[in-house]
Amino acid sequence: MSNILVIARLTVAEAVRRRIVWVLAGLTMISVALTTWGVERLVSLARAGGTSDLEIYVGVSQVLILVAFMFSFVLAMTAAFLGAPAIAADLESGVAHAMLARPIRRADLVVGRWLGLVVVVVLYAAGSGLLEVTAVSFVSGYAPPQPILAIAFLSAQAVVLLTLSIVLSTRLPAIAAGAICVVAFGLGWMAGVFAGIGRFFDAGPLVSVAEGSRWLLPTDGLWRGAIFGLEPPAVVLVAVGRGGPAAQANPFFVATMPPGAFIAWSAVWVAIVLAIAVVSLTRRDL
Amino acid sequence: MIIETEGLAKRYGRADALVDLTMQVDAGEVFGFLGPNGAGKTTAVKLLLGLTRPTRGRATVLGAPLGDRATRGRIGYLPELFRYQPWLHAREVLELHTRLIGGGVDRSRRAIDRILEEVGLADRADDLVGGFSKGMQQRLGLGVALLGAPPLIVLDEPTSALDPVGRADVRAIIRRARDAGSTIFLNSHLLTEVERVCDRVAIVDRGRVLADGRLDDLLGARAVRIRATDLTPAAMTTLGRFGRVAAGDDGWLTISGIDAATIPDAVTAIVASGGRVHAVYPGRATLEDRYLELIGPPGSA
Repeated sequence: MSNILVIARLTVAEAVRRRIVWVLAGLTMISVALTTWGVERLVSLARAGGTSDLEIYVGVSQVLILVAFMFSFVLAMTAAFLGAPAIAADLESGVAHAMLARPIRRADLVVGRWLGLVVVVVLYAAGSGLLEVTAVSFVSGYAPPQPILAIAFLSAQAVVLLTLSIVLSTRLPAIAAGAICVVAFGLGWMAGVFAGIGRFFDAGPLVSVAEGSRWLLPTDGLWRGAIFGLEPPAVVLVAVGRGGPAAQANPFFVATMPPGAFIAWSAVWVAIVLAIAVVSLTRRDL
Repeated sequence: MIIETEGLAKRYGRADALVDLTMQVDAGEVFGFLGPNGAGKTTAVKLLLGLTRPTRGRATVLGAPLGDRATRGRIGYLPELFRYQPWLHAREVLELHTRLIGGGVDRSRRAIDRILEEVGLADRADDLVGGFSKGMQQRLGLGVALLGAPPLIVLDEPTSALDPVGRADVRAIIRRARDAGSTIFLNSHLLTEVERVCDRVAIVDRGRVLADGRLDDLLGARAVRIRATDLTPAAMTTLGRFGRVAAGDDGWLTISGIDAATIPDAVTAIVASGGRVHAVYPGRATLEDRYLELIGPPGSA
């Protein structure tokens, strides 16, 4: 087994042994139970009031997007706070010194840690996402058009933030790395909102800056992909037809899938930042 | 030659951690690397293991340049800051390191058990490391360093967390490892530990080697201090045959240059002449004497 896989396996085992996985699973169960109960109540009240199934489905689809946003936030924070101590804590405690004195490359440690945490984050995203969609579908009868696509985008967003936290973790203390990731995530989302509003007001420079930041940190662009996977086509048609640019300014609405170039850039971004993390740790005196 | 360094230096920002480290460590010896806190000992160890890069100078470890990846598979290392994954069992830590070392290391349960037995953790093999005392973690670290019977074992302050029994155990382990063919690089500021176990010593301070050599050469001739009463002039003459005798006013006499093997004969000679022997301290200029002579008395730094 290569050293990368040894470290990745160790990282997954750590998440399980330190009860991180179980805490996440427990919180997911609570979140899914509460949100599903809320949806079921809303649907029951709407049906009792004579609301049509179509209107109910549209309403549930928007609630589901809001729930996805909450999951997106939880996933991003999970990724940031799993990645931030991944290297930094091992360096601070001395655990890394014993391992790096072995015949392994520092790249093995960085990529192995990253790979193990990607497995944890993606499995958590897939498990919690599918459970939520299934539960909501069970109580409301509504299923989003492309739930797997939405989960894939949510996972990709978490992987981007995880990678950012790991590169910071090679040089900064864990708390500082985690805090920077949280702020970057928030700013990225706000930049997306500003871009939408800027387009509505035709404010070119604002749109340019906000769009540029999306390429600098692709989290918000990937979140838009998750929304696209959850948005019913009928809502898209109506919103675009009636709202035009105003609809585009809504941070919980998108009419189109993120461009292929952006998705490719997101993958390249992860590879570049991971490579920087490797170089950063390799050049560091321990 | 197991370790050879020439003018090795390391600077962190404006601070010199190591200025000019030139030394050689021969195969099969226990080499003591001795110096006060902040002398650059741990920096030297990190350089030898490739954890840190030198600012200048050159060195080889096991015939390879510093940091050579394959060579690191032939070095056992107990860091000064010995910490292992607290959520792993002791056995799992050893298994992890056998995987990281790679090919050629016995990964069998029996081999791991043997190491655990060697470092006194056989009955804690399946306990979480997080529940270990510092001493037990240091023992585990020693076990990690011994994995695969490497040709070079680097121990950075290996007894800092151990009680007297633990220290004696570590000395025994070091001697066994040397007898099995390993070279031991022992980094320490504990003079008695170094004096008891090392074949050769380098004394470092402020990043430079102040003196190095075999302990006997460093410490000079052996001596014995004896407190005896009722000594006759004839007895003093007889004792003169063993070495240079100096009698103090306090009832102690010192025989310098005595062959350690003849100390019992000197005692027998005193008793045979009617003298009474109250205490015998075989010794010589201690390493502490030599160390303070080189480093300066406490507070002089």
